Formats: sequence, C-alpha cells, structure tokens
Amino acid sequence: MSTVTASSVTLGAPRKRRARAHGHLGSGSTLALGVAVGWFSLLVLIPLAAVLVSAGSHGWSGFTDVVTSSQTAAAIRLTVAQAAAVTVLNVFMGTALAWVLVRDRFWGRRLLDLVIDVPFALPTIVAGLVLLALYGQKSPIGINVANTRYAVFMALAFVTLPFVVRTVQPVLETLEHDAEEAAASLGAGRWTTFRRIVLPSLVPAITAGAALAFARAIGEYGSLVLLSGNLPNRTEVASVRILSYIESGDQTAAAAVAAILLVISLVVIVALDIVSRRSSAGGIRPRRQRRGRHA
Amino acid sequence: MTTHQRRPWRTITALSAAGLAATALTACAGASASSSGGKDSVSIAGFSVMQTANKQVISDFQKTSAGKGVTFKQSYGASGDQARAVIGGLHADEVHLSLEPDVTKLVDEKLVSSSWKDNANKGILTQSVVAFAVRKGNPKHIESWADLIKPGVKIVTPNPGSSGSAKWNILAAWGQEIANGGTEADAQAYMKKLVNNVVALPGSGHDATTAFEGGTGDVLLTYENEAIEARQAGADFDYIVPAQTLLIQNPVALTEDASSAAKAFLKFQLSTAGQTDYAKQGFRPLDPSIKVDVDGANDPSDPFPQPKTLLTIDKDFGGWDAANTKYFDEDNGIITKILASAGKS
Repeated sequence: MSTVTASSVTLGAPRKRRARAHGHLGSGSTLALGVAVGWFSLLVLIPLAAVLVSAGSHGWSGFTDVVTSSQTAAAIRLTVAQAAAVTVLNVFMGTALAWVLVRDRFWGRRLLDLVIDVPFALPTIVAGLVLLALYGQKSPIGINVANTRYAVFMALAFVTLPFVVRTVQPVLETLEHDAEEAAASLGAGRWTTFRRIVLPSLVPAITAGAALAFARAIGEYGSLVLLSGNLPNRTEVASVRILSYIESGDQTAAAAVAAILLVISLVVIVALDIVSRRSSAGGIRPRRQRRGRHA
Repeated sequence: MTTHQRRPWRTITALSAAGLAATALTACAGASASSSGGKDSVSIAGFSVMQTANKQVISDFQKTSAGKGVTFKQSYGASGDQARAVIGGLHADEVHLSLEPDVTKLVDEKLVSSSWKDNANKGILTQSVVAFAVRKGNPKHIESWADLIKPGVKIVTPNPGSSGSAKWNILAAWGQEIANGGTEADAQAYMKKLVNNVVALPGSGHDATTAFEGGTGDVLLTYENEAIEARQAGADFDYIVPAQTLLIQNPVALTEDASSAAKAFLKFQLSTAGQTDYAKQGFRPLDPSIKVDVDGANDPSDPFPQPKTLLTIDKDFGGWDAANTKYFDEDNGIITKILASAGKS
C-alpha cells in the first residue's frame, strides 16, 4: 500500500523539480521515477498489453466473432448500460452522502463515515450473499429483485457506493466557507451558491469518483452472480461471458471481450476528464489555493 | 531549503524500493512453497466439493501404515480452474476433477500420462447421479423430468457455459428424453421448454445451491452427493432421484512426477475403506457391494437406490469428446445454441 501511494506521488515529482532545477533530475528522483514506472509496468502496462495481444491474436475476426454473437453483445450492452446508470446514480447519491457527512452534524455520523467503506472491504462473493439475503426471494424487507436486471443494478450500486463519496468528501472538507458567505451576503440563494460556488470546485472530484465507479462496475463479477442469475440475453453480464469463453478454452474470445470493456472504460474515463477540465475552469479550486498558501 | 525539499523524495524512494523488494521476496517465497513436493507429501488439486469429502479420507489414510507421516497440500476450486492452475504451474501429485475433459487438458499438456484411464477403475474415483432438490414437502409435486417443464415451475441449474460440472445436468435432461424413446427433435423441444423455465444459471454448482437455499426457484438440478452434503450441513430441502438419470463420474489422475505417497494415497482412496468414507459423504461407491448408512440421504439405511434407467456418458453419449463437440461447442453446440436463443421472444 505504501508503495502505491509513494509511486503516485513520485510520478508527479519530476515535473515540479524540472521547473525548479531546469531539467535536471537528481539521482534520487531518477531512481524514484524508474521504480515508479517499473512498478506501474509490472502491475498494469504489461498485463494490459498481454490482454490486447491475446485479443488480437486472431486479427479482427476475433473481435467480430465476439460482437456478432448476439448473446455476448447483449451481455456487453447490459453491462455498459447498468454501469452507466449506476455511475449517474453515484454522482448524485455519492455527492449527497459526502455533503451530509461533511456539513451536517447528527448522531451516528462518525459511524456512517466508517460504514461507507464496507462495500470496499467485503469480499465480493460475501457481498453477493448479503444482497441475495436482503433482496432475494426471502427478502425481509419485501424487495425481491433476484434474477432480474434490477439485481445487476443493485449489486453494482452496492459495490461502487464509496467511490464518489470518498473523492468528494476531502474536497468539501477543505473548501473554505468565505466564498459561500460572500455569495450569500451578495444576495445569492442557497441553490445559486451551491451551483455557482460549491459545485465547480466539486466537479473534478465527482468526475474522478464517477470514473472509478464506472470502471469498477463494468468489470464486476462476484457480487452480482448470485443475485442476477446469469440468464442469457437478460441478466448475463460481460464478465460471465468472459468466464464462459475461458471455460470452453477460447482465450482469444475472452480477451476480445475484455479488450472491448477496456476500450469502453477508457473512452468514458477520458470523457469524464474532459468534463472535469471544462467545468472546473471557472470555479474555485481549493487544492490550488492551499498549495499557493504553503509556497 | 533544497535539502529540505529533497529529503521526502529520498524517503519515498527508499519506501518504494523496500516495498518492491518485499513484494519480490514474498512472490519468490510463494513460488518456492508451491513447487516443493517431497517424498512423503501429497499435493492434491481437486474440484470444490472434495474439500469436505477428502477430510475424513485423508485422516483415515494417515492412520494406515502407508499413510503414516504423509503430509498433504490441498487446493480446491472449480474443476476447470483447477485444470488451468495445474497447467499454469500449480504443483499437483493428484488431480481429482469433476469431469474427464478437464483431465484431457492435462494430458494434452503432457502433465498426465495418456494411459491414465488404463486401470481397474477406468480413471474414475467418485461417482454420483443427477438429482432434483425441491422445497421441503415438495409443494410443486416434482417427481420426474416431465414435471420440470410444466408451466410455472422455476428451475435453478448451474451455467453450463461457466461451470463444466453443470454439463452433467444438461446431458441428463437430454438423455432421459432419448431413453424414453424420444427423437433428437423431441429432445431439442424438451430442452427449449426446460431452458424457458430456468430462472437462474449460477456460475457453479455451489453457487446454484446457495441461490436455491436463498429462496430462488422451485427445483434445483444438482447431484445426489451435493444434496446429501448440503442436508448434512443443515440445509432444509428434499431431494429426488428421478427414474431416469445420468451417472456422474469424477476422474482422478496422478501427474507424471507424482510422489510415491500420492500413489499410496490413491490406492487407499480406491480401497473399500476409502470408498466407504466417500459414500458417507454422499458419493455412490465404485463397488456397489459396499453398504453404509449415510446421514442426510432420503433413506439413510438404503442411501443409493438404483434408478430405473441409469445413463452413462460412454454408453449413451459416445464419451466426453463427442458429447462436448456435439452439445457444447462454442459455435455450433446444440445446447450452446438453445441457451443463446433463450430469453428472446
């Protein structure tokens, strides 16, 4: 864990130093950069490249075979649609939760703050069992979504809940009240203040959280298989198709589906990044303010 | 100022390097642990259900003179995953898998001798039959295959796409129609109706049992041993062995470099003592003369009633190679096609 955090910090280091030291990297920094890139390659770049190479080993026909299989295409459509829906839900619910946790004082707030991370901590198959017990045939609260598309949505909503909350929360915490008070004193209503003053500062955090939630949702398997029932063309998600291809020994098709999911995720992440840059351009950026003060 | 600025990066560099080194070390340690296989040790790669079943067998083996001091390394998981793990380098002296094609994968990789079936037990270690698990008291009166396709009957069966062992259920459903004098077209029509009644296709046999226990469906297509084991563990459902069913045969093989202890262990597993232990867990003994009381069976004193028609993969389906191609081929398999068109109106 310490390595991961450290690497992400080192990645940013050379840029700052370069500005200061006119293009010279200290030996310590060079080593750090080397370690960071090496680590990143081992964990991410090389496996990703392997997936793409494996997917492309039969040329384009590998992809077209997969996409023209209506069962697989249906699974990919379902996965992307549900992941997108869950991401939208998270944008609103996650922001609201973060707001409540930071701005409101109520009994049990600290407990709620702790419990929000539970979907992260639970092994996904345990999450699946919990969801089946709560929202299956024997639901104690009378909600039965087992073996329907709502089950996929429910499971994805559960596992992606913390992302937006945890990215928005620290930004809200560091946000100064001055600007909001100034806006209020100038006659802006609460909604206007939120929309014009607070929201622009939150957008980068919200989009970052949304990107994480979408990426997680699109590859999710463990938490939803028990509740969704894996019915072909109805509730079967893409990761179950990947598993089926692997089971039948068709690694190329499995890698092709994985590659398609990767590309979709990448497109969404880039799109969210663009949204983030555009909309934060005019807003108050608490992080930069802070940095400025420290310098 | 500059020295002050530099220091944190040094610390971070050191931390990253230390982290890398630690990871590398644990990785190496992990690798060396899995590759050791001494003379008095047996590494088993088995399919999930065997985790519980093997406990008693191993403990009884260790009480024999051949098993004294033998240590065990066990790994359990989905049958196909286990075969892929062994191909990927997981050390195993003995592989005990759910169905023959998974052993064939190991033969193709030259990890298991091609003559693995040339023995008295024809490469089979445990067997069972396809059964129906139903709700307590059987409220929907499900007794036969014909009852499964009645309107409104909700079926749970593991997904034959992702779970190799689910293929046993599907083949049983197909085979009983043929055994009843039906044509291939009749069997196709039957399978379509069956698939239309399926409400969940969980990823594995175990997931399917979990979903059924969680309240999904009226009937679970399962294996007799799985039903018995679940009832031994406290599951509250009934099970029915239909009059026509398929014999499930789980293969076992020693790898090319199996330890001598592994050979002795396999001999024990196949012996009357070993088979009795497996029978107590709900597996039909290879030698039908072995009589044993089985907790969790419908009738503990007569746990394994002989079905009227007992289909086998070799006799009724021409062996696994032929059956896999004909029914489960990724593009043209009969069952693959029926499943792919399911859920479309």
